[in-house]
Amino acid sequence: MDESIYLDEARDPLIIAEGWMKDGKDVAIATVVETWGSAPRPVGSHLVIDAEGNFHGSVSGGCVEGAVVTEAIDVIDSGKARMLEFGVADETAWQVGLSCGGRIKVYVERLG
Amino acid sequence: MDPYVLKTLNEERRARRAAVLVTDLGDGRDRIVREGDRVAGELGAAIASAFRTGNSRSVEAEGRTFFLNAHLPRPRLVVIGAVHISQALAPMARIAGYPVEIVDPRTAFATPERFPDVALHAEWPEDVLKREPLDSYTALAAVTHDPKIDDFALKAALDARCFYVGALGSRKTHAKRVERLLAMGAGADQIARIHAPIGLDIGAASPAEIAVAVLAQTIHAFRSRGLESKGAVA
Repeated sequence: MDESIYLDEARDPLIIAEGWMKDGKDVAIATVVETWGSAPRPVGSHLVIDAEGNFHGSVSGGCVEGAVVTEAIDVIDSGKARMLEFGVADETAWQVGLSCGGRIKVYVERLG
Repeated sequence: MDPYVLKTLNEERRARRAAVLVTDLGDGRDRIVREGDRVAGELGAAIASAFRTGNSRSVEAEGRTFFLNAHLPRPRLVVIGAVHISQALAPMARIAGYPVEIVDPRTAFATPERFPDVALHAEWPEDVLKREPLDSYTALAAVTHDPKIDDFALKAALDARCFYVGALGSRKTHAKRVERLLAMGAGADQIARIHAPIGLDIGAASPAEIAVAVLAQTIHAFRSRGLESKGAVA
């Protein structure tokens, strides 16, 4: 159980995103905006991604992060936000679905 | 996300102040709402609920879809007094999700043997609170019965607008405490925020039962934050 009442600056995705921005990097922020059924990470969780594909945080238990990073790099290029949906009902379930059986919606946007 | 919005949001989070990030999922525009900011209509009601519950969610309002990401500081409980009640209160509060710190300058009371696995300060509240100031996401329970130890912390808790302030002692004891706090410069409206006698009235008798009553009152105070002031305005 995390007992700290202060931010864990070294691991906090939004703090890391701000640091990357200050370093002049292009950054995308992915946010879980909706969940149905059993979902590994709660609504509001973040994954932050830079243009090289480095990332911090999580939007699932590691099941869909790879796909989100790929989409995020496109979002950084185009500047257009995207809404992604993942779940076992997807035909891509075997590749990037959630093995826990839940469904999540992830909003991916560029920082700046 | 707007870079300035991210910077502001992180500043608020670092300072342990609550904020809700409101993102229009249609056009991607976002803004920060701080606790106490007035936002009208359906969206305002949803934001108020996000502050109270700490739950993030998507809402439909004014024909648009907004995502509300609630960033609430983690609530914590500071207990003044390393007494029998605190020994029961510390593990219970931690299980309920409220990290606990115990402050008592009496080194015979504040021992790691009596309080295993608890953040314990065998120091005066004056010294500890200077280092780790109280804030509106902190609850304070003063349970030493000793004005020399309790009073300073109670006044500091009122000034910092702690979401919960409780003090152990009978009505008679509390009446004397009120006089002392008034002499220290506390306002009558501030003093009215102190829960004394401490704890929900569940007929608690043993120290552990009193701890349950204190924890329940703390949780109630946390989950009804903002509701009292709204009632006062209306």
